[in-house]
Amino acid sequence: MREWLLADTPESSFQAWAGRAYLGLGAFMKNRLAVLGLLIIVALIVIAVFAPVIAPYDPVETRIGNRLAPLSSTHYLGTDEMGRDIFSRIVWGSRLTLYVIGLVAIIAAPVGLLVGTVAGYFGGIVDMVLMRITDIILAFPKLILALAFVSALGPGIENAIIAIAITSWPPYARISRAETLTIRHSDFIKAVRLQGAGGLRIITGHIMPLCLSSLIVRVTLDMAGIILTSAGLGFLGLGAQPPCPEWGAMTAGGRAYIIDYWWLITMPGTAIFIVSLAFNLLGDGLREVLDPRGGN
Amino acid sequence: MISIENLNIFFGHGQTRSHAVKDVGFTVEKGESFGLVGESGSGKSTVLNCIAGLLTHWSGHMEIDGVRLTQTRDMAFYRKVQMVFQDPYGSLHPRHTIDRTLKEPVKIHRLGDANQRVAQVLEEVGLGAKFRFRFPHQLSGGQRQRVAVARALILDPEVILLDEPTSALDVSIQAEVLNLLQDIRKEKNLTYLLVSHDLAVVCHMCNRLLVMNRGKSVETLTRSQLKRGAISEKYTKQLLIASKGYDRTAIDQFQDFE
Repeated sequence: MREWLLADTPESSFQAWAGRAYLGLGAFMKNRLAVLGLLIIVALIVIAVFAPVIAPYDPVETRIGNRLAPLSSTHYLGTDEMGRDIFSRIVWGSRLTLYVIGLVAIIAAPVGLLVGTVAGYFGGIVDMVLMRITDIILAFPKLILALAFVSALGPGIENAIIAIAITSWPPYARISRAETLTIRHSDFIKAVRLQGAGGLRIITGHIMPLCLSSLIVRVTLDMAGIILTSAGLGFLGLGAQPPCPEWGAMTAGGRAYIIDYWWLITMPGTAIFIVSLAFNLLGDGLREVLDPRGGN
Repeated sequence: MISIENLNIFFGHGQTRSHAVKDVGFTVEKGESFGLVGESGSGKSTVLNCIAGLLTHWSGHMEIDGVRLTQTRDMAFYRKVQMVFQDPYGSLHPRHTIDRTLKEPVKIHRLGDANQRVAQVLEEVGLGAKFRFRFPHQLSGGQRQRVAVARALILDPEVILLDEPTSALDVSIQAEVLNLLQDIRKEKNLTYLLVSHDLAVVCHMCNRLLVMNRGKSVETLTRSQLKRGAISEKYTKQLLIASKGYDRTAIDQFQDFE
């Protein structure tokens, strides 16, 4: 298997790519912290998928008689002001967190990539228009713009996702444009132009693959920010609505009890902290592997 | 095959506009190999890029195979004219395998039989099938330049523009690539337009050449004139002396020609 992957003369495109991926994986595995980050994220995904099995209680069922119970063997992380099991709520909340991160990444990254590469490749008036729009959105503080959008569209997790996505694509556009500007005058782009390739083929087939690695790194590093923004919106009551077990909204709910019942706010806060940290560690590790300037 | 008259090329606009090529003209017959020689900044590569359609600010008359060139090029032009670039390290996409690089032109022109064409063209440039699925970083400079030649050949062009095809290679590889180019030209009756600052390379490859200096043409020579030293222009004489290697007394006598 190893020999097949590292063959000096691959026999198919698939084998060539597999060999390259294998080498990248090897380099990634050497970075212990990045692997730790990856493991935490994999754990998050597993928890989200098996939430009904893992969570011992219904996350929204209230038992007023058992409210504000401390940590115990029946309620691992205690209960909140409505008597709901905090551990179960955090487990179910991982689904919401992944949902937000996934959708924001799926919406924002391709939009940023497209805007940036088109602006960078065509230049001139196209570049002017696209980049000024980017500048305008970039000039707003992210959370404030997201707040404005949510207030206009109404609170809710879907609107929070749209708001975060709208405010987070401009940095990706800037990165892709900067990469495109360094690539577009290189000989291999001239060569494919001389073969008669059109703008669409050059951008999607030749420029985007080279922008992708720095974009992936940036998106991964931004994941932590996305979690915090969605938690922030939840905290302000503009994200997920009660009784939805969203981590930010849970922290907000525990705010009034912080002195006497510390676990209400600490547990979801710790969950936000751990997942954000994991994405940052993963992003740093990916940067070392994917950075085009890190050698081949 | 190629006919250029009164070609003027400009860079920039307004105050910063520079006149890079001034009233250059020459003709190249079908099957001929023609050289453009000059020092750095003489505008020789600019002429080549202009013919290829990579530059748009030019005026004058350019014809290829009887078809007048305009500011934009059509697909038929790209089938007929291909180019090999100077730097083999920069002219291949770093994330594409050789196979993908060579299949791209076949796909663009919808020629079909991509697999067979790639195998055939790799054979023609002396690279076996074992190189096919490698990435450019797994090849040496000479092998990469062979891939670049293969990419130019895969569309069966009639004219190949060569922009200093060997100046980035070391001397032993230079000869290999030049001989390969010569053999291919004879076999396929191609027309070459070769840009180089190296008189020895041009003398080996071309039967006629144009000497350029500061964007203007100096004189047209044949290979035998160059070998005999039957040169009329002082600038060409100076270039010839310079190409023979470093000589303190000769360099002290060099002058600038406008």
